Amino acid sequence: MRASEQHAGRAAPGAPDPRPVVELRGVSKRYDSGSAGLDQATFAVAAGEFVFLVGATGSGKSTVMRLLIKELEPTSGTVRVAGRDLAEVASERVPYLRRNIGVVFQDFKLLPGRTVYDNVAYALQVTGHSRREIRAKVPDVLALTGLSTKLHSYPDQLSGGEQQRVSVARAFVMHPPLLLADEPTGNLDPQTSVGIMQLLYRINRTGTTVLVATHDKAMVDRMRRRVIELRDGRVVRDEASGRYLPGDESAIEALTWLPAGAEAEAR
Amino acid sequence: MRIGFLLREALRSLRRNAAPSFAALATVLVTTLVLGVFIPVVQATTGAANEVRARVLLDVYLDVGATPGDRERVRALLQNGTPHVGRVVFVSKEAAYRQERKRNPEAYDLLGKNPLPDTFRITPDDADNLAKIKDALAPLAPGGGRVVADEAIAEVKDRRDETDKILTATRVVKLSMALLAGLLALASTLLVANTIRLSLYARRREVEVMKLVGATDWFIRWPFVIEGVIVGALGGVLAVLMLGVGKVALIDPLAADFALIAAPETIDFGVLAALLIVAGVGVSAIGSGLSLRRFLRV
Repeated sequence: MRASEQHAGRAAPGAPDPRPVVELRGVSKRYDSGSAGLDQATFAVAAGEFVFLVGATGSGKSTVMRLLIKELEPTSGTVRVAGRDLAEVASERVPYLRRNIGVVFQDFKLLPGRTVYDNVAYALQVTGHSRREIRAKVPDVLALTGLSTKLHSYPDQLSGGEQQRVSVARAFVMHPPLLLADEPTGNLDPQTSVGIMQLLYRINRTGTTVLVATHDKAMVDRMRRRVIELRDGRVVRDEASGRYLPGDESAIEALTWLPAGAEAEAR
Repeated sequence: MRIGFLLREALRSLRRNAAPSFAALATVLVTTLVLGVFIPVVQATTGAANEVRARVLLDVYLDVGATPGDRERVRALLQNGTPHVGRVVFVSKEAAYRQERKRNPEAYDLLGKNPLPDTFRITPDDADNLAKIKDALAPLAPGGGRVVADEAIAEVKDRRDETDKILTATRVVKLSMALLAGLLALASTLLVANTIRLSLYARRREVEVMKLVGATDWFIRWPFVIEGVIVGALGGVLAVLMLGVGKVALIDPLAADFALIAAPETIDFGVLAALLIVAGVGVSAIGSGLSLRRFLRV
């Protein structure tokens, strides 16, 4: 927990940036197969927010994620990240865009032949960071994610929850202003899922905007964060964040009624 | 630091993907080996074919009563007034008689006198131009048959059967060699590209992760290119070593006996070795770099 507090201190929420970190305006995405990914979706996420994106499979959650890292181009409409229209980001600049966006997936996407430490360091190595930076940053983020004792384990020696923590650590090691999680708990049991959600919440408290796509309704209700619901590519519900302010401790309190094992996993 | 990292990554992936790496190496080795055998064989064959083609001749017979003046006029016509003429050799009737008599003394003794005309023996600049020279010296007459370009010329004669046979045979040899060489080059390129694609497929997850965390395309590409260079160089060097052993053990002892193998047109072994290694390295490096494009489109 020490490391998380240290990070929370770094980004103590002062005056929130009014400019949205993520903004979709009338975005439609039609796949070549004819199926609609998104249909006139419009919403914005302010800096420092923690937002759930919910909906059934095929409702367009993953499409939003893939649009935000410019893995896909929208058929129409504008996608903005940190105020920048992604349509204007040249393809050779996309890697630099992605360095500012951490991504976590349901299937972890860890490299099986590398240790926990190497998996996290890999993200820094391939983006040209120096050895000194890597030595400074990796242990930090591994402490934040509660993996300090697993540095030299290989992914197949870890539980699903631990593997997802490694994946979160890798996504967050560059301290991106925006973290996307696509069904991060889809492969995990409910108790482990709580731990991952708490970790994401902790990362959110450092000032990072977090966008989580999930169909785990129970989890969403428990966390009481802003919820954007998609159905067939349309935004059908957007419960504004007004009721639950970012940094609201009630979310964590809401988790405490869970069995003690869940909290232990979280640590 | 970065170069060190890229090198380490390339070596690491070679180690970790030993099976596909070995397959790529074996492919490069075999194709380079075949290419290394094939190049000198093609050269020797076309060399032999060219040598045969050089023997294609056109005979220009003069009238039996041709004067030395006629002779010089025709020589000037052949050397300066006719296109595609390579070499002109004059064979006087006396020389021809001596030659033929040596071959068949009884027949010529029986004849008593020399029935042979003066002859110009023309070697065309290219065997294929033989017919053109013939047409220039003895154009086809409108009513059939041929008229000659100079009154002193009695007849222009190519050794038709022989010439046609030589031309057809060498053309077939050259064409089939070119076709084989093309097919071989295509097959080796496809093989190498396919093997590299296999080893890339084994590592698509790494590429995916690199893309996600924001590595630039070139940064992703370098380890693969370095790996391709290492595989190509190893395959090329091994192939050259095997070729060298084969040359010393098999070809050199034979070359003493067979003119074909010792054909002077055959490439120098050092040049061949360098060529093969460069080809091996180039094909696999470019192959890995290009095959990556599909995976980079994420």
